[in-house]
Amino acid sequence: MNLFDIIFYFFTAITLVSAGIVVISRNIIHSAFSLLFTFFGVAGIYVLLNADFIAVAQILIYVGGILVLLVFGVMLTNKVVSVEIKTGTLNTLPATLLVAITAGSLCGVFYATNWKVVEGVSDIKTTTNSIGEIFMTTYLLPFEVASVVLLVALIGAALIARKDKILK
Amino acid sequence: MHVTLTHYLILSALLFSLGLYGVVTRKNAILVLMGIELILNSANINFIAFSRYSGMRLDGQVIALFVIILAAAEAAIALAIVLNIYKQFRTVNVDEINKLKE
Repeated sequence: MNLFDIIFYFFTAITLVSAGIVVISRNIIHSAFSLLFTFFGVAGIYVLLNADFIAVAQILIYVGGILVLLVFGVMLTNKVVSVEIKTGTLNTLPATLLVAITAGSLCGVFYATNWKVVEGVSDIKTTTNSIGEIFMTTYLLPFEVASVVLLVALIGAALIARKDKILK
Repeated sequence: MHVTLTHYLILSALLFSLGLYGVVTRKNAILVLMGIELILNSANINFIAFSRYSGMRLDGQVIALFVIILAAAEAAIALAIVLNIYKQFRTVNVDEINKLKE
């Protein structure tokens, strides 16, 4: 077991433990803040997989954007000053069964399959340059469509969430 | 034990299961959204792990970036809808919201 493996297990532990707190904690604020550690742990896993650009994008977009948005949602839809911040659960037993079956079958398939692995990563260099080239050549159309989708979604979200309806 | 592709895949399977548990059991709509984010993250780990172990072809990483873009759009729209639901019904518990309009 070398340093790489130790770091992998460290990030795995951070990710899984904080994800467990997200889904089990009764306090929605605790869930929101442990989601932060889940995103950081996943970003660490990306770094171990030589995906440096994705790791930085993960921290910028998930932690800086989506998580802040979720915390805003928590603050705006719960009575933070009173004790109403606790949330309930339902269908716990069937859900546990379903999730256990799903996790067991997924792990079994992943473990049993004989994956064909290409190990040809001799020189490790940054990926940002190559990702930019791929976006501008092979994936040009999906890239443009994704940008339009994001623009439309954000305009739509702002229109839905505003207080006074301008469209009568 | 040396880290191989299977380790990453099992990590993503466990993360997916935790996200699924959150989506199925939580009442609060925002916690359901957090479960969806966990599921999207586990899918991204799979994409990037396969990209790394197929000789560093970058297609998987590009798809992972598209997933992140769509997750941002989804979070914005879903939060706007949740805020409107809260304005209408004064609750965001998904088991109490059973009317399309008042």
